[in-house]
Amino acid sequence: MDSPPTQDTLFRTLADPTRRALFERLCRDGEQTVGALTARAGVSQPAVSKHLHILRDAGLVLDRQAGRQTHYSARRGALAPLIDWTSRMAGFWESKFDDLGDLLKRMDQ
Amino acid sequence: MTAETRSVTVEREFPHPPAKLWRALTQPHLIADWLMKNDFAPAVGHKFNLSGEWGGTLDCEVLEIEPEETLAYTWDHVHDDPQFDLCSTVTFTLTPTPAGTLLRMEQAGFRPDQPRASGGAKYGWQQNFDKLDALLGRI
Repeated sequence: MDSPPTQDTLFRTLADPTRRALFERLCRDGEQTVGALTARAGVSQPAVSKHLHILRDAGLVLDRQAGRQTHYSARRGALAPLIDWTSRMAGFWESKFDDLGDLLKRMDQ
Repeated sequence: MTAETRSVTVEREFPHPPAKLWRALTQPHLIADWLMKNDFAPAVGHKFNLSGEWGGTLDCEVLEIEPEETLAYTWDHVHDDPQFDLCSTVTFTLTPTPAGTLLRMEQAGFRPDQPRASGGAKYGWQQNFDKLDALLGRI
């Protein structure tokens, strides 16, 4: 894909539970082959491959060919468009909640 | 559906009863103390502004009031830069706990060029947000 994936693409891609589980596993356990992923995915290898291709097209995973095996790894940075706004707003509200806690204490007096 | 959506949830337990939290969330001089200057009034449909320290102004409208339980209002920020342009809804939920009150703030945003009331679609996305939030917390 030439342009970076939009938030919509990221949400859409991760809305599927099987794809989410595959992505999570790659984030947690590092690079893996399609075979290794299939063994624990609970769906067929063609289905796993299809999901991996969708994850790859969304920029969430990278594939690497080694002999007859394709290895996949997670690109955590792909979540940045989501994390940026979320972490910014979460930081804002955490800070406001600090102020709210101070206010509540003063209201006691 | 092409809406760019985003959501954030912050929760904290305060050692104070819901009635007190509710006052801090709904009385203008108290809101000003912890959040922003405002002309809030606790009435569904009331339109008000929140004025930020940065000089910006948020356009808000009260959507829902359940005393000591739920408060929701729109939180819109018109800005030329799409990065800062925001149509969102902020929902506060208060839950009594043995030690006080659990306050949950959820802000769900939509780009202004998307209709806010997308009905079922919005709730569908909300579920995605919840799953995504959980995912982001785990990885």
